[in-house]
Amino acid sequence: MKPFTYARPSEASEAVAALAADPDARFLAGGTNLLDHLKLGVVEPSQLVDVNRVTSTAIEDLPDGGLRIGAGVPNSDLAADPRVRERYPAVAAAILAGASGQLRNMASTGGNLLQRTRCVYFADPTTPCTKRDLSQGCSAREGWARYHAILGTAADGCIATHPSDLAVALVAVDAQVQVLGPDGARTIPIGELHRLPGDDPTRDTVLAHGDLITAVDLPAPTPAVRNSTYRKVRDRASYAFALVSAAVALEVRDGTVADVRIALGGVAHKPWRATVAEAALRGRPATDDEFRAAIAAELDAAEPVRSPLGGNTFKLPLVTGTVVSTLRGLAGGTA
Amino acid sequence: MTTMDARSMGTSVRRIEGPDKVTGTATYAGDSVADGTLVLHPVQAGVARGEITAIDTAAAQALPGVVAVLTHRDAPTLGDTGDPEHRVLQGTTIHHRGQYVAAVLAEHAEVAAEAARLVVVTVDENPSTTGFDPDAQAYTPSALANGQPPDSGVGDPDAALAAAPVVVRASYATPMEHHNPMEPHTTTATWVDGRIEVFEATQGVESSRQTLATLFDAEVVVHASHVGGGFGSKGLHAGTVLAVLAARTVPGRPVRFALGRRQMFETVGYRPATVQHMALGASRDGRLEVVTHDVVGATARYKEFVEPAGGSTRSMYAAPHRRTSHRAVPLDLDGPTYMRGPGEAPGSFGLECAMDELAVALDLDPIDLRVRNEPEVHPENGLPFSSRGLVECLHAGAERFGWSSWDRTPRRRLVDGWWHGVGVGCGTFPTLRFPGSAAEITFTGGRYVVAIGAADIGQGARTVLTQIAADALGVDVGSITVEIGSTQVPVGSIAGGSAGTASWGSTVVEAADRFRDKYGENPDDGDHADAATPDNPWAGEYAMAAYCAQFAEVAVHADTGEIRVPRLLGMFGVGRILNPTLGRSQLQGGMVWGLSMALHEESVVDPRFGEVINHDFAGYHVASNADVRVVEAEWIDEDDPYINPMGAKGIGEIGIVGVSAAIANAAYHATGVRVRSLPITCDDFLTSGLL
Repeated sequence: MKPFTYARPSEASEAVAALAADPDARFLAGGTNLLDHLKLGVVEPSQLVDVNRVTSTAIEDLPDGGLRIGAGVPNSDLAADPRVRERYPAVAAAILAGASGQLRNMASTGGNLLQRTRCVYFADPTTPCTKRDLSQGCSAREGWARYHAILGTAADGCIATHPSDLAVALVAVDAQVQVLGPDGARTIPIGELHRLPGDDPTRDTVLAHGDLITAVDLPAPTPAVRNSTYRKVRDRASYAFALVSAAVALEVRDGTVADVRIALGGVAHKPWRATVAEAALRGRPATDDEFRAAIAAELDAAEPVRSPLGGNTFKLPLVTGTVVSTLRGLAGGTA
Repeated sequence: MTTMDARSMGTSVRRIEGPDKVTGTATYAGDSVADGTLVLHPVQAGVARGEITAIDTAAAQALPGVVAVLTHRDAPTLGDTGDPEHRVLQGTTIHHRGQYVAAVLAEHAEVAAEAARLVVVTVDENPSTTGFDPDAQAYTPSALANGQPPDSGVGDPDAALAAAPVVVRASYATPMEHHNPMEPHTTTATWVDGRIEVFEATQGVESSRQTLATLFDAEVVVHASHVGGGFGSKGLHAGTVLAVLAARTVPGRPVRFALGRRQMFETVGYRPATVQHMALGASRDGRLEVVTHDVVGATARYKEFVEPAGGSTRSMYAAPHRRTSHRAVPLDLDGPTYMRGPGEAPGSFGLECAMDELAVALDLDPIDLRVRNEPEVHPENGLPFSSRGLVECLHAGAERFGWSSWDRTPRRRLVDGWWHGVGVGCGTFPTLRFPGSAAEITFTGGRYVVAIGAADIGQGARTVLTQIAADALGVDVGSITVEIGSTQVPVGSIAGGSAGTASWGSTVVEAADRFRDKYGENPDDGDHADAATPDNPWAGEYAMAAYCAQFAEVAVHADTGEIRVPRLLGMFGVGRILNPTLGRSQLQGGMVWGLSMALHEESVVDPRFGEVINHDFAGYHVASNADVRVVEAEWIDEDDPYINPMGAKGIGEIGIVGVSAAIANAAYHATGVRVRSLPITCDDFLTSGLL
């Protein structure tokens, strides 16, 4: 691998300044994704700036009944926190649906949101990839596209999916991301953190070089969020990325959908908030037929990939089945 | 003819090296690190076919810490083993992506890797074909990988198919799969004064020694105390040759080459893809009139290996008219090789799924169908069977599994949102004995030292040979010390073909008999005897094979198509089980792999790049713990006096055979969806229109 230097600042501002001064520097947190990429030659940073000393590992109560999760909180601690488990069950379930115990011990909250796609072409520097290099085309469109996007894709562009389970659940609960950048601190709604590929698929998020996630805030849980879960469908029972996942929150009153949140993983370049389906369901009876019609409306815009190595048209019925099953379960039926 | 008496055999003697393994003190090939060991990092071809026109090593050589850079320009001419894979750095022709075209030796792994990246290889690329197309131009190979002829036939199968009252025709596909033992292939080699010493992850120290001696015309010593799994992939591959070539340039200094996981997908073999065209014709009462099994499989253009997928169809069921055939489609990939149950594992998917479809067509219990077609003698060569436990396995397994409690009609049981069903698949694997081993028994210090160059690749050879030697000598296992895993003890055949225990064990028994004949029960210090592997006098008189019946319960989610296997039961007819704990572990391991083959494993070649594109454990799925629920391995009592003195059939491979068919058949029973291509995934059900 290409030689690099390593720095371990003791102040967040130092870490941000170090990156701002070096366009090829990278933050290092848990390293569960970045170290693989270093070994594979997917990224070749000049400098690693270790942020483990400068990010909080605390989960604090917020005055409004919400929680502030330090960016350095390990995934395993976040999933195990009783407040998270009780108030935001989808968040805890999403974390436990991902990776392994060992990886969750290492992986940080901030790093989880910034992990890169597991597209096999992105992870192989010998194959063209427009996400690694804008001057190249997308290999997945005519390749092994089983895990790739069906929503929010651009014509001929990147069809990578975002791999984080946690991010999908955070989108469903409307988390806020605290960021420290070269120009100071700001707050980004989680739904606006990740990007669609558009004309620059090299950028997964709206963060600029040097922006450091310092915390993730969870707003006070609504009744729907307290009745939330995360359903992940994959090719084996554990230790695999999602073909399709859904973080779903549901409040039913008198058989009618009072509130619903649906965020999808494995279908787009970002966690996909199914706003069309949510709008279609609010005020409607909590029945399979209504659930099915709502998700069908969401999928009107889907553009699955047909590829000689196996496309992903099956994701249309898979999204439908996953969401319907999960809503039914939250409404008290068989999931 | 009787099998020998057993005292230790048949008991669960604990794995001898178990404490070393769980405490991390067992040394594998990469652990034998002396001071000054250099690390090798290869430079590999980036195209599937072409000619090297230039290699620029200047930047690599200039990197501090780099000791040597090897290319074809400075490599010696190697001896000819007849295996094209062994011709490492022998020219400019690229036969497959990932082929070694240069190598860097450095003081540290990171430096070696960076230097390898700096080597610039210029290639004139030639057109290549790496995607398997079963309809492409295929040829008839001269022989299958097991040495059997490609085709076989009895009677007039086409006419019989035209006349049969009930006919099932279907095609089944199995993908390319990679072995992926836990320990990647590793070589630590030192070259001193024309003598090569190698610590090697190998299934056979003697075969490795012979290969290296031929290639390098030198004295060779090979050690393999512990090997972290092989499954057919740990023959001698190009990486070992490369490591020894490198060691030759730095006399006296050890060179270590441990493959990375991605290199495991391009340099150490795989199970090639097959498409199997099956046709079964039967009378209305379920008697087979005809069986045909026509296989089209992938092979490598530069190194032929034809998976004998139709092989077991030659012996499984009686039918007066029969045909098997194998055709090969050459690809510009690295060479396929033996992989657990070579032939039988993919071939049983075709045959046993077709039998299930025939049972459905006949409205017959699939167990009854198989029982009705049990042959009296081997249906092709007419030999009697030394023992054949298939029918007993079917009955005993059905009883234990609760088979009769299930309604045979598909799509009847929906429990908590999951469709449940059951299926059965059968299998066989030949019982072999390899010639060429030698065993030496020496009485010293009150102990019997039994030396034979066997390989313990995790199957428990060290332990089971101790038990065999104890019983053959009539002493306790505590009096036996077994020395294996080196060419510094008498030669041993490979751990392969499910024949290791039979071959080494027969040899140890022969040596023990001679020892007792010479010295009786009270030998003196230094007494010793040796023996070579005896021929089996019954070879050619009987057909010898292990059999199994595999039962699966499958659940398919009614909304998402997710498929799970809550229960597997394998019932085996494998002669005497020498060590129930180790034997059950090995059979269960095979069954887990069968589950993994059924639901997960598929190497996806992207022909634009000539490589397996899902070349790591994120992309290439093997069953995880959560996929493996209840897996039971049981066996019938079977006394076979014709196979070897121990009465033991090999169990390394039979565990995987038939499992994928049992699961596919259970999935059909659960859902009504017939999946004829592995692996079986949620999309098979989602796109069926039946969920």
